[in-house]
Amino acid sequence: MRQGEIVKVSGPLVIARNVKGARMYDVVRVSNEKLIGEIIGLDGDRASIQVYEDTSGIGPGDPVFLTDQPLFVELGPGLIENIYDGIQRPLNLIKDKTGPNITRGIEIPALDRERMWEFEPLVKPGTKVYPGDIIGQVKESVLVLHKIMVPPDVSGVLKEIKGGKFKVTDIVYVIETEKSIQEFNLIQRWPVRIPRPYERRLPPTAILSTGQRVIDTFFPIARGGTACCPGPFGSGKTVIQHQLAKWADAEIIVYVGCGERGNEMTDVLIEFPELKDPKSGEPLMKRTVLVANTSNMPVAAREASVYTGITIAEYYRDMGYSVALMADSTSRWAEAMREISGRLEEMPGEEGYPAYLGARISSFYERAGRVKPLGSPEREGALSVIGAVSPPGGDLSDPVVQATLRVVKVFWSLEDRLAYQRHFPAISWLNSYSLYIDSISDDLDSIAPGFTALSKEAMKILEEEAELQEIVRLVGIDALSPRDRLLLEGARSIREDFLHQNAFHEIDTYTSLLKQYKMLDLCLFFYNQAQDALNKGVSFSEIIQMPVREKIARAKYIEEENLNRIDEIKSEIIRDFNELLNKLSTGALK
Amino acid sequence: MIKEYTSIANVSGPLLLVEGTEGVKYEELVEIYTQYGEKKRGRVLEVDGDKALVQIFEGSSGIDVANCRVRFLARTLRIGVSSKMLGRVFDGLGRPIDDGPEIVPEALLDINGAPINPTARDYPNEFIQTGISAIDGINTLVRGQKLPIFSGSGLPHNRLAAQIVRQATVLQEGQEFAIVFGAMGITFEEANFFIENFTSTGALEKVVLFLNLSDDPAIERVSTPRVVLTVAEYLAFTKGYHILVILTDMTNYAEALREISAARKEIPGRRGYPGYLYTDLATIYERSGRIKDKKGSITLIPILTMPEDDKTHPIPDLTGYITEGQIILSRALYRKKITPPVDVMQSLSRLKDKGIGKGKTREDHADLFNQLIACYSRGKEAQELAIILGEAALSDMDKLYLKFASTFEQRYINQGEYENRSIEQTLNLGWELLRLIPRSEMKRVREEYLKKYYDNPDIKA
Repeated sequence: MRQGEIVKVSGPLVIARNVKGARMYDVVRVSNEKLIGEIIGLDGDRASIQVYEDTSGIGPGDPVFLTDQPLFVELGPGLIENIYDGIQRPLNLIKDKTGPNITRGIEIPALDRERMWEFEPLVKPGTKVYPGDIIGQVKESVLVLHKIMVPPDVSGVLKEIKGGKFKVTDIVYVIETEKSIQEFNLIQRWPVRIPRPYERRLPPTAILSTGQRVIDTFFPIARGGTACCPGPFGSGKTVIQHQLAKWADAEIIVYVGCGERGNEMTDVLIEFPELKDPKSGEPLMKRTVLVANTSNMPVAAREASVYTGITIAEYYRDMGYSVALMADSTSRWAEAMREISGRLEEMPGEEGYPAYLGARISSFYERAGRVKPLGSPEREGALSVIGAVSPPGGDLSDPVVQATLRVVKVFWSLEDRLAYQRHFPAISWLNSYSLYIDSISDDLDSIAPGFTALSKEAMKILEEEAELQEIVRLVGIDALSPRDRLLLEGARSIREDFLHQNAFHEIDTYTSLLKQYKMLDLCLFFYNQAQDALNKGVSFSEIIQMPVREKIARAKYIEEENLNRIDEIKSEIIRDFNELLNKLSTGALK
Repeated sequence: MIKEYTSIANVSGPLLLVEGTEGVKYEELVEIYTQYGEKKRGRVLEVDGDKALVQIFEGSSGIDVANCRVRFLARTLRIGVSSKMLGRVFDGLGRPIDDGPEIVPEALLDINGAPINPTARDYPNEFIQTGISAIDGINTLVRGQKLPIFSGSGLPHNRLAAQIVRQATVLQEGQEFAIVFGAMGITFEEANFFIENFTSTGALEKVVLFLNLSDDPAIERVSTPRVVLTVAEYLAFTKGYHILVILTDMTNYAEALREISAARKEIPGRRGYPGYLYTDLATIYERSGRIKDKKGSITLIPILTMPEDDKTHPIPDLTGYITEGQIILSRALYRKKITPPVDVMQSLSRLKDKGIGKGKTREDHADLFNQLIACYSRGKEAQELAIILGEAALSDMDKLYLKFASTFEQRYINQGEYENRSIEQTLNLGWELLRLIPRSEMKRVREEYLKKYYDNPDIKA
């Protein structure tokens, strides 16, 4: 192995000389402890290296070993249910090896080398195979059928393929290419900083339902779309990310905890094996891959963690799955870039962030999308990316927020004002937006005709409420006409009975699209009936005292199996209004 | 191999540049002998070829370029820890200052610690009863949590911290409990307040004190929280104690960090603080928690004073992004003579949901506090309206909420410095107050709890 010599150490940045021939983004091993580092700058025979582990005790004169390989991830059976650090080392195996604290210089392969997998070939020897062709499959978990694909840079004639039980490193198929005969095991390696290839991109047309009412009904994200949720601390970013990881209608979830709290990852690790997927009834963990680089772990590995996560996600996308990746939080990733950039003494852009911040962020989000992967059989995969952003002081002029908003199509604006009122999810209905509404409206309307129209009507009421509240603040509520007061009540009902959703309530935590439609329909139906009654002469106070309103408020607690109970409340509303009107006409009501 | 140099090229602020060095390692421990024989300690911040940049813990006063000797010790900074440290007082670097004997170390530990593997963590879910309604009822503290107090100059954060220390109990008994207290740049009087408090409650033999007072070298403060947490980790995860760590005042810590960063001529981030302030604070705060199969735990309460009471200032802002919630003190409440003046709307305990409920506090706790906050929040809105328009302009319902808000502040949040409320008392008081509002407004409470608690007038404080 060729080696160079360290001349400078400054935190996670090491400079080495005598590394002629080294390439940008090659992995190197630093010092005799073999710490993992990556070349991020070259100047003559000197290389700047960011080191993914703590560098204390390293000094000039120590060796640097070149590997001539870029930073890559191992892709193959065994990813699901695993938890990795930022450079794909399995944290549970690290724990078994070194105890509760992470020490350095540990080398453990990402995929379990001992575990046996049942490989089932799907094509016969002698077939001509091309990049991305599915040639076999492995049952990775009860929820995931792991397709074994021909690597993206290989094509030729399948010489041999074996079924049966194998370790990931066993040879299972052999391909004769134009030049040579190559043997393959179940592992593919792919450099994290290069997007995996696909045949072509497709525009998003379907909703990625999340079970969160404010998101699905008002600001939906499409399958293969991108979204971000910036917000100050305490506004519930992480709860939303967790909720999406739990309930998003995706086949694979990759959750990247990037520079956040250790306990949050522990929470996922404890909770996910117990929670059941609403569709299959199996534990959510059976479709989840976790990448955790908590805030106290080395900062350079934090920079790599989002790339590790998205490369794993792309791999499952290529199998034809709908994958959702959550990155919490992309601000920490950007800060890691800033820290390394500062140590490289690069000229800073805004707020000390490197000038290439925007380019890095947009190329990351651009790896999302609905695609037709390489190879046969023809299939369709989607990768949706949802990033949390943590702007300082909740200030949306932060460069990371602004760079993110330029690329993502959905913006969920989290506001601390709502969080203080314990209105959760604290997504502002006035500032958020989704640019997918038009492209997925057909999909929504196929759930319930008129879904999009209903959501537009509700939004209109909420917007009018905001205007009216300005007036109330100036002249008091008494100055409003009964009509306007009714609108305020209608808007309050939408806010409290529909938008407000308790992530910790066993039923309220997830709402199917159909139930969302029925609930919102119920709020608006009451409001329209009330307007009608008001026009016919029923007084405002009679209407707001109607006991059926409490039932509307409790509709969120109705189980998914009993949705007809919402229809019953609707007939109750009709009955009660008829009674009111009857009383009015007989003179029993003044 | 230990090497000694006299080749100091320059001194700037707390930093020392030594030239002509050989074999120096990053983070290596350094001893500096001044011409008067005084010994100072430091560590290597950067090493570039034959130049080493050294940060001096005690500050650079008394150092001259010509006569000082610098010795590189070929190891990183470690401190000796021992369970005999309980009941003792140390300086900010862990040297005894109470005239007691030197500590015989049971172990030598690197003060930087090593990150806890997330898979080895155990989720904090044991309720700690502080006896303070604003915390227990609304922003519940759990064992292993990191929950800072955001305060401002002149607000009674020290009294609140002392009250927590006095009253904190866990509902299961028979567990060893100790406090590790780290003072960074606070005044003698403030430190003395805590010491007297510990003495009067007889808790002093369960406390390890680390004092870096305002007249001690500011640079020493950068190491103090790490020394504190190293001792806390030893006591918690090796000796099985449940440790409550109090760090005050984190603002002084961050300022010391800024001083070093400025001396190194780094590109400053917001308000001159270094860009890595987040990562740096995280390496402190993240050392709290619980570990699977270990008896002890570390609960961390850092105290920080927000400059100009500004929550978006980088120090509280970045702290809030790392810690699991925050207790914010409000000047407006303090002026109304409400103690502790906890702003329950802005305060938050992220771990409360796992620490409350059946078997921990009581089944109705979650619904109850959601409803209380919702009502209080609406009452506050009504208060604002009433200021502009006069109370008469409010609707009848808003008037009820208005009354609720002020009663809530006076009876629920307000409690004496020496009043210790059990969780039952706190919860029942909540129900008593909720009855000021009609039942139909209780949208956040399950029907069964309404029947059991709201409808039963005997449930009261």
